[in-house]
Amino acid sequence: MPPPNNNVAAIGRKGSVVQKAPGAKPTKAANKKKDEEEGVDGGDGWDDWTHGKALIKPQDQLELTETELKEEITRILTANNPHAPQNIVRYSFKERSFKSTSVVDQMAVHFVLEGSLLHQDSDEARRLRAKEGLSEGTKTHSEPDEEKPETPEAGEEDRPDSAASKTDKKEPKITNQFNFSERASQTLNNPLRERSCQTEPPPRNVFSATASQENSDMKCSYCLIPSSLKMGKLSKKSTILERMVNQNTFDDVAQDFKYFEDGSDEFRDKEGTLLPLWKFHYDKAKRLSVTALCWNKKYQDLFAVGMGSYDFSKQGRGMLVFYSLKKSAFPEYTYPTPSGVLCLDIHEQHSYLVAVGFYDGCVAVYNLQEEGLEPVYKSTAKTGKHTDPVWQVCWQNDDLDSNHNFYSVSSDGRVVSWTLVKNELVFTDIIRLSVNGAVSEGPEDAQQPSIASGTSFDFHKQIDYLFLVGTEEGKIHKCSKTYSSQFLETYVAHSMAVDAVKWNHFHPKVFISCSSDWTVKIWDHTINTPMFTFDLNAAVGDVAWSPYSSTVFAAVTTDGTVHVFDLDINKYEAICQQLAVGKKKTKLTHIEFNPIHPIIIVGDDRGYVTSLKLSPNLRKKPKAKKGQELPKGPEVEVAKMEKLLSLLREPEQSTV
Amino acid sequence: MAEVEETLKRIQGQKGVQGIIIVNSEGIPIKTTLDYPSTVQYAGLIQQLVMMARSTVREIDPQNDLTFLRVRSKKNEIMIAPDKDYFLIVIQNPSD
Repeated sequence: MPPPNNNVAAIGRKGSVVQKAPGAKPTKAANKKKDEEEGVDGGDGWDDWTHGKALIKPQDQLELTETELKEEITRILTANNPHAPQNIVRYSFKERSFKSTSVVDQMAVHFVLEGSLLHQDSDEARRLRAKEGLSEGTKTHSEPDEEKPETPEAGEEDRPDSAASKTDKKEPKITNQFNFSERASQTLNNPLRERSCQTEPPPRNVFSATASQENSDMKCSYCLIPSSLKMGKLSKKSTILERMVNQNTFDDVAQDFKYFEDGSDEFRDKEGTLLPLWKFHYDKAKRLSVTALCWNKKYQDLFAVGMGSYDFSKQGRGMLVFYSLKKSAFPEYTYPTPSGVLCLDIHEQHSYLVAVGFYDGCVAVYNLQEEGLEPVYKSTAKTGKHTDPVWQVCWQNDDLDSNHNFYSVSSDGRVVSWTLVKNELVFTDIIRLSVNGAVSEGPEDAQQPSIASGTSFDFHKQIDYLFLVGTEEGKIHKCSKTYSSQFLETYVAHSMAVDAVKWNHFHPKVFISCSSDWTVKIWDHTINTPMFTFDLNAAVGDVAWSPYSSTVFAAVTTDGTVHVFDLDINKYEAICQQLAVGKKKTKLTHIEFNPIHPIIIVGDDRGYVTSLKLSPNLRKKPKAKKGQELPKGPEVEVAKMEKLLSLLREPEQSTV
Repeated sequence: MAEVEETLKRIQGQKGVQGIIIVNSEGIPIKTTLDYPSTVQYAGLIQQLVMMARSTVREIDPQNDLTFLRVRSKKNEIMIAPDKDYFLIVIQNPSD
């Protein structure tokens, strides 16, 4: 510490009181004190000391001369106690004189403190330990401070260990014997119990919404449909719900449809019955009659009904209505039409395309997948529409350019082929019917070509170009698509208009025809005369072959009866003749078999469509062997019948 | 939108239909033909049932989902069409 040394020297120079060696200590102490005081006078004192040399002289300072000031005085530091007496004399009795003690104790005791530590090996410590039973390495283990620092650390390390071990062994705490007091008390803590309750959120009213048209049925003073509700999805679900509700309402009918088989057929001796199932009616088509029926080949529970009027004087609007068996209360699709629908056909592969023929001679194609109630194609006067009612339409296979096409036949004597080319309907006259024979295009014919009216037609299932046309005169012409000027053959079939002509689904040669002259006739197209003739006592509106058997067919008459025939069982009579409608004056107009289910639908002139289930006797399969034998079986049968009939050919009108 | 209204009207007019309720995803009925207390009761109970049914279906196969639920009881039948935005509930007693 340079300043004190300097200070001492300086003070020496200043000429302060210089004490002798023994008094060095106190002097030093005093000097130190002064120095400290000076130093303590802030950092400024330090600065003053380095820069300025302002000397302050005390008043009682000894004045010395220069030489005396420069005199070097040696000071020696010794370890003598200044307070110790230097001449202690003691009387010695031995020598009988006062003797001076040579050595005087120089130790000056400044401070004494009695410690409480005991050496561990001392007796008292051992006794204590024995008393308290403490293990080694505890606090009573006295450690002099001068011991190596390692051992205290070790001791400390031991201590936490021992503390840990203490807690393990659960030894009692080391406590001060005298003033440590352990007094504790535990208050009674009440157990915590959580009590909470969940409240029900109150119903909220949404007021930012669009109001919908409410009728008195819906009580909705507090609720409005939010505009965010996705109505598209809702419509799907709601239609399915509607079907579910319908299923519940007509549960018994659905069960019958699926499972009921008339057990009494076994006892009925080959006759069958028809069980009425659902009845379909559309309110908005009240005064229209059913003019066409067609099943959808892809979705066999869906069928189309064309509505219009056969009455010449009561022509007005018409409707195209689609029903599903799953929902008999209301149609699936409805299309109002400006003119009465007379015929329709659903495409076999693309079952969303429906061709329709109208009373006013137009033909149209509807696409069920499209929104909107208008047809996608419609023929007009410019595009070759018929000039008379269109009695039959029929889809054909796609042509070479894979355009869809269909044929139509009308009273104006034309059989027209319509092709759907992009956005328009292109027509081609296939054949023109005439009373005497087919009319060719040119004016070469000398004979007055009187146009025959076509009233029905049907295309052969296997032979693509072959088709039959029934006319108003009662003739049936066998034609080919490729020959426009000639018929292949003409059959003099009926005395009145041929209402329906249908090829057999299995046998390639057989077709059936019906007419308002009360008869149904079955033909072999190679033979000019009918093979079977049935008189049904009333004008026959429609006839249809069954899809499951080649010998079963059904006919409907204007007296409201459905006649089902099975030529395999009974060649002369119907195996079922049943009234299908309630009201007596209802005329049945059309009949169709379902492609897969054993039901038929019949339409009447009041706009109702009734579905009927065929009893087992009506659905008997031919007893021939399975598989490939099926088409052959009936053929064999028919040939057999042919031979039989050739004997009976003279009395043309066969039995009922 | 009008189609849906008409469909619902027709459903309501079917034989034995006691009521139709449309409930939104929060369980609040937004359209009903029943009285208010019954509606709220149905809405609350059916929502729970549908959630349980849906979770059952999904637990068995996570790719699957509930499309319709029909609960047939002695007195009537409850038909539920659930969706992520709403429920459609129809209560019918067909033997009426």
